[in-house]
Amino acid sequence: MTTADWFSSPDDATERLAATGYLADPATATTAYLAGALEKPLLVEGPAGVGKTELAKAVARASGAELVRLQCYEGLDEARALYEWNYKKQLLRIQATQATGDASSWDETHDDIFTDEFLLTRPLLTAIRREEPTVLLIDEVDKTDVEVEGLLLEVLSDFQVTIPELGTVSAVRRPFVVLTSNATRELSEAVKRRCLYLHLDYPDAEREREIVSSQVPDLDERVAGQLVTTVARLRELELKKAPSIAESVDWARTLIALEIGDLDDKAIADTLGVVLKHASDHDRAVRELRLRR
Amino acid sequence: MNYRVGDVDEPGEQRSGSGLLDRHIAFLEALRAAGLSVSLAEDLDAVAALSAVQWGSRQTVQAAYAATLVKKQSQRPTFDALFDLWFPRMVGSGVGAAGTGGDGADDAEDGATGPDAAGERFSVRDGAAALRDFRERLAEALGADDQQALGDLAAEMVARFGAMPGRGPGLSSWSAYTALQRVSPAELTDQLVAGLLAEGRTDEEAARTAGRRVDAFTRRVEDDARRRIAEEKGPEHVANVALRPSIDRLDFLSARRTDLEEMRREIYPLARRLATRLTKEQHARRRGPLDFRRTVRASISTGGVPLTTHHKPKRPHRTELVVLCDVSGSVANFAQFTLLLVFALRDQFQKVRAFTFIDHVHEVTHHFKPGADVVDVMADLAASTSHAALWGRTNYGRAITKLAENHADALGPKSSLLVLGDARSNYSDLALDTLAELVGGIRHAWWLNPEHRRHWDNGDSAASRYGAVVPMVECRNLTQLGEFVHDIL
Repeated sequence: MTTADWFSSPDDATERLAATGYLADPATATTAYLAGALEKPLLVEGPAGVGKTELAKAVARASGAELVRLQCYEGLDEARALYEWNYKKQLLRIQATQATGDASSWDETHDDIFTDEFLLTRPLLTAIRREEPTVLLIDEVDKTDVEVEGLLLEVLSDFQVTIPELGTVSAVRRPFVVLTSNATRELSEAVKRRCLYLHLDYPDAEREREIVSSQVPDLDERVAGQLVTTVARLRELELKKAPSIAESVDWARTLIALEIGDLDDKAIADTLGVVLKHASDHDRAVRELRLRR
Repeated sequence: MNYRVGDVDEPGEQRSGSGLLDRHIAFLEALRAAGLSVSLAEDLDAVAALSAVQWGSRQTVQAAYAATLVKKQSQRPTFDALFDLWFPRMVGSGVGAAGTGGDGADDAEDGATGPDAAGERFSVRDGAAALRDFRERLAEALGADDQQALGDLAAEMVARFGAMPGRGPGLSSWSAYTALQRVSPAELTDQLVAGLLAEGRTDEEAARTAGRRVDAFTRRVEDDARRRIAEEKGPEHVANVALRPSIDRLDFLSARRTDLEEMRREIYPLARRLATRLTKEQHARRRGPLDFRRTVRASISTGGVPLTTHHKPKRPHRTELVVLCDVSGSVANFAQFTLLLVFALRDQFQKVRAFTFIDHVHEVTHHFKPGADVVDVMADLAASTSHAALWGRTNYGRAITKLAENHADALGPKSSLLVLGDARSNYSDLALDTLAELVGGIRHAWWLNPEHRRHWDNGDSAASRYGAVVPMVECRNLTQLGEFVHDIL
């Protein structure tokens, strides 16, 4: 098994992630480096919109690896996560054998229809069988049922998948695995134990300003500063959903589109809907920040 | 994952002689003692991670430990506190503590020769002028919210104003309390507020921000005092007293103001988690009893063999909930949290009605409008407390009687009653008969008591007497509350 070297040091991780437009803080960079160096899956938790999924994409971009994504949802099963036999094709094969009238070759057919040709690989198996560098993103793992976690265990700890008809498929090259979770439920201890853990939170003002500026380069430096300060003020309020980085960036784009050159109280009040998505949050912000409607 | 045994020895620092491995193991032991479940596999991961990173930066080491050992964000404060004790930011007063300039080198030497010497030196320098100078610098740092400077100032403050010189080595100590009394950063709040107002913040916002910064600085000072004590007496000595339980295990009754704010932020995520879990479990149990007719019909298409069984849909039963909660000073926090959680889960119940009482019953259902703002609801509840009191002394008996008299319509055969309170009724009549009568006519009744079970029946608590009528459950923190609400749904 070949070991891929993803990042050579935490600083290297910071630099290369930054080059792809992902500004990581030291803890994120260190953890991303460790996930590569120790070849362990990385579990990323945090509120929505702080760049959990984006981290996996950035790692893929930074290391030139391909991203294989498994989006989790309630009711996801192994046929859609691991592999499935292409039974239609198998049926055709059997019929074709029968049509030739060669009845004696049943044993042959029997062996034949459980081969690679009839296997439909799903994201987990695809990621394991790839020989090129791969980033496997298992997105929103908390949305799945508990049984799927059991399925993940073999993949996450040994990077192998057991298919009864074919035997065990081991990874040729270990993928860089990123699991993301919004923490709507606690993941099992068994999954957590196999992963490195990273909690992403809202960034500090300085970093957020850098992120906004890099994502929306057209934005005036001064307005970016005002925007970040306002978002920080909003996060200090007791809101149902505090604005995330994704929303700050959206806001910046809105300001560009509306050609607002100065984020004063009126401009904030007019465009507040971009960052706050609950009516009660909206009212609270208007009241606390003394915005005139 | 394969670990080469050599990994441990490779960097050279971890050989048995250096004590680093001992410290690592002691640190893990402390984490386990504090309630983090650190397995052997994670221990090995941590060692592998430490071998993979450079040791130059403390932050990197901390990140490596955190990534491998802490798998729950709520445990992170505990981890950080213990990390600060076992791997302190600096030793003694540190090199950077000489903020007054000039004699930085001397200070560093003092730090090396022993904390006592440093302590004495600082106490000599502790005078009115030094205090004034220090407070000026502190006000400046707080105004700019300069984290680095605040960290240094906290260390300097403990060293200079909080030192309690002992008679010999190992006997001196540091007191955050003394230091805070001397400098009293809280008095700088007004100055800070003025500064923030000048920046264009609103009144309440400025007051809140200033309060938060001062609180944060106070915590830093306490942390630094602990660090100094840990250095003197060993981290194990401090770990037991230094740690506060994580926010979901913190007692409602012993929460500070900042904790309460943090807990309130936890309510909606908790409600969301509970709702997700409930939906999932209901889906799993969705199959009702066998629908014989449909099963036999379907079996005809497979030659009379019932390959698939069909089931009647299960009717979800929804509870009508009546909440009766004590809002007297001692248990008000607890009552508010439980009310908020119940209302956050409103759609899981058919109907919720809430009553508050001290010695008189007052209905508060109308405060909980769908989508209402949490802060407003809390404010309304606080304001309505006066309606729940006639004389202001908690009287459970009177409240129960009044509920039966005035709001009997709320308690029908389909409803369930949830009583929140510590069952401390100032030795008044308990109205046990009325309560038994009420409970007899409804579907379920529970009593949540925010006190530890060992305090039940002490003093004026009538816990077991009420407990005989209504099943009483101990509910001291968010975890227990979440579990309880999940179980009754």
